[in-house]
Amino acid sequence: MIRYAYLVSIAIMLIGVFGMVRARNLVSLVTCLSVAQSGSYVLLVAIGFQRGAPAPVFGSPASAPTTKVTDPLVQAMALTDVVVSATVTALLLALTIQVHRTHGTIDPDELTSLRG
Amino acid sequence: MSWTDPAYLVPAAGVLPLTVAVPLFAAALVVSVHRLLPRWALDGLTLLSAAAVGLMALRVLLAAAHAPVVAWMGGWTPVDGYSVGIALVADRASGAAALGTAALVCAALVYGWRYFDDIEGRYHSLILLLLAGMEGFALTGDLFDLFVFFELMGAASYALTGLKIEDPPAVQGALSFGVVNSLGAYVGLMGIALLYGRTGTVTLASLGPALSRHPADALTVAACAAVLTAFLVKAAAVPFHFWLADAHAVAPSPVCVLLSGALVPLGLYGAFRVYWTTFSAVLTPGHTRGVFLALGTVTALVGAVMCPPQRHAKRLLAYSTIAHAGLVLIAAGCLTGLGTAGAALYVAGHSAVKAALFLIVGTLLNRYGTVDEHDLYGRGRDTRFLPWLTVACGLALAGLPPFATALGKQFGEEAVGEVGSRWLVAVFVVVSALTGGAVLRLAGRVFFGFGPRPETAVAPGETGGAEEPETASRTIRATMLAPIAGLLAGALLLGVLPAVSRDTGPLAAAFTDPGAYAAWVLHAGPAAGPSAGTAASAIDSGWTASGVGAGCLSALLALAYAAGALWLPAAAHRSAALRAAARRLARGGGLVLAPVRRAHSGHVGDYVAWLVSGVAVLGGLLGLAAR
Repeated sequence: MIRYAYLVSIAIMLIGVFGMVRARNLVSLVTCLSVAQSGSYVLLVAIGFQRGAPAPVFGSPASAPTTKVTDPLVQAMALTDVVVSATVTALLLALTIQVHRTHGTIDPDELTSLRG
Repeated sequence: MSWTDPAYLVPAAGVLPLTVAVPLFAAALVVSVHRLLPRWALDGLTLLSAAAVGLMALRVLLAAAHAPVVAWMGGWTPVDGYSVGIALVADRASGAAALGTAALVCAALVYGWRYFDDIEGRYHSLILLLLAGMEGFALTGDLFDLFVFFELMGAASYALTGLKIEDPPAVQGALSFGVVNSLGAYVGLMGIALLYGRTGTVTLASLGPALSRHPADALTVAACAAVLTAFLVKAAAVPFHFWLADAHAVAPSPVCVLLSGALVPLGLYGAFRVYWTTFSAVLTPGHTRGVFLALGTVTALVGAVMCPPQRHAKRLLAYSTIAHAGLVLIAAGCLTGLGTAGAALYVAGHSAVKAALFLIVGTLLNRYGTVDEHDLYGRGRDTRFLPWLTVACGLALAGLPPFATALGKQFGEEAVGEVGSRWLVAVFVVVSALTGGAVLRLAGRVFFGFGPRPETAVAPGETGGAEEPETASRTIRATMLAPIAGLLAGALLLGVLPAVSRDTGPLAAAFTDPGAYAAWVLHAGPAAGPSAGTAASAIDSGWTASGVGAGCLSALLALAYAAGALWLPAAAHRSAALRAAARRLARGGGLVLAPVRRAHSGHVGDYVAWLVSGVAVLGGLLGLAAR
C-alpha cells in the first residue's frame, strides 16, 4: 500500500517537469518547479510513515518515550525543503517580473537574447 | 610544539563552524548598516570578513594535515560509532576547497573595489552569503546539510547573476540558471530521501557502511543517479551544462570568477565526495569508472567544440570551463589516487587561471564597452600588462609547464593510462589545445591586432558581445590588475612548489579511503588495519619527461590553432587550393557543430528536458555498470 505513495511522488515530479518543459508562461514554469518539488515532500513523508503509529510527540498525556512513532527527521527535512523552495520561488518570480519589464513578454519561446 | 600543531593556537574544531557563521553575520551586518557607512567602509568590511574566513580555512587546512578536524554541531558527538548529530569535517581536500574558495572571493572583492555604482550593499551581502554557502558545502559531513548549503549558494548565485536587473539577457540567463540548478537539487533530494529510507542516516560517514550491507539494487542505483545529478548540474557535466554559458555571459565579471572558479569545482568535489564516502563500497570503482570516463569525455568534447566559434568573450570562457570540467571529471573519474590528485591540482590551477581571464575580460568590458571579440579587434593595443597576462593565461589553459594545470594534466594522463584507457590522453591534449588556442586567438585579435579585421554583423543563432559596462570609470585601476597578476602567479606557484605536488598524494589517499574517513568522523581515531586508499608513488616523482612533453605539445597545438584561426582566412584569399580546403573543413565542421549549437537554444524548457533525459541516461549507465 505504501508503494502507491512512492509512485505518486515520482508521478508528481514528472508532472511538474512536463509542465516546465511545455510551459508557455514563465509564471507557470516557476510554479511547475514547485510542483516538481512537492514530489520529494511526498516521498520524504511516505518514508517516515509508520502504520498505526502516533505523531512524534513524547511526554504525558502524549506517548511514552519508548513508543514507536512516525519519523520526525523526515518531517524536519521536508520543512527545511519547504523554506528553501519558498526562497527560490520568490527569487525566480522576481526575476520573471524583471523579464517581463525588460523583454516585454513572459513566453519562454520568445526569449531569444542568449543563443549558441 | 611546531606552529602547525593543532593544540597550539585556536583549536581548529572550534574554528570550523565560524567559517560559515562569520560571513552570514557579516552579510546581515552589511545589509543593516549600508546606509550609514561610506562606500570604502562597506568594501573594506566585506573584504575583511572574506579574509578572516580565508585565515580560518588556512588554520583548518594546517590542522587537517595531521588528522581530519571534526566538529559536531550542538555537541551531539557519536556514541559507540553511532551518531545522530551533524558534523563538519575538514580533511585535506575539504580544507583546500575551503581555502581556495575564500581566496577567490578575496580576489573578486579586491577587483570589485569601488566597482558598482549604485548597489546599496546588496552585492556585498550576496557575495558574503555565497561565501557562507560555499564554505558550508566544502566543510560539511552530512548529506542533507550538503543540500541545504547547495541551495544557499545557489540562491545567492542566481541573484548575483541577475544583478543587472535592467539588462534583458541578464534576467533571462539568471532565470534559466535558477530553474535548472533548482530542479537538479530537487532531483537530488529525492535521492537523499531514498538513501535515508534504506539506511536511516544521512551522515556521509555512516551511509557507506550502512549501504554496503545490501548488494547494489535498483534503489541504490536510482539514489546514486539522483544524488550525482544534483552535483553534476553544478559541475556543468553534459547534458546538465546548458545553464553555464548563459549565466556566465550575463553575470558581472567578479561573479563569473566565483561561478567558474568556485561553484563548478565545488560541484565536482561534492559528486566525488559523495561517491567515495557513500557509494564506493556498493558501486565499486572498477565498474563505475566507465560511467565517469564516458561522462567526462563527452563534456570535454562538447565544451571544446563550442568554445572556438564564440565571439562573446565570456561565453568563450564559459565553454572552456565546461571543457576543463570534463577533463577533471575524466581524471577524478578514473577513481584512483593518482587520478584524484591530478584532478585536485588541475582544478586549483584552472580556477586561478580562469578567474584571471574573467577579470581581464571584465577590464576590457569597462574600458571599451564591449566583450565582442570582433568589435574589440585591435583596440587593446594601448594596454601595457594585459596582453602578456592574457597570453600567459591562454598558454596555462593549454597546459604549458610549469603551471599547475600542466602538472594536474600529467597526473591525469598517467591515471587514465593506469586504468587502461590510454587513448583519453589524446582527449586531454586536443581539448586543452582547442580551449587554450581560442584564448590565444582572442588575445591576438584584441591586443595585437593580428589577422584581417573580422566582420561585425552578428549571425542568427549566435550571441554577439554587446554588453553594458559595469562601472562608470574607464580606467584600469591597480585594484583590477593586482588580482589578475596574483591569480596567475598563484597558478604558477602551485605547479612549481614541490611541497604542493607532494601534498596532493596524502590528499588523494584520504579522499579515496572511505574507511579511514568513517573512522575519523565516528570514532575520532585512525582506522585499524591497512589503509584502503590508493596512494600513488608516481606523485612523488613530480614532473616527468612525458608530462612536460605532452604539455608543450598541447601548448604548441594551441598556438598553431590560434595562428590558423587568425591568418588562414587571409591566406585562403590568395590561394585557391587553401580556399577549397578551408571550405571543406568548414563544411565538415559545420555538420558536427550545427546541431550542437542549435541545442544551446537559450530556452529553459529545452534545458529541463535535457536534464531529465540526462538523469535517465545516468541511471541506465549506472545500472548497467552495477550488473
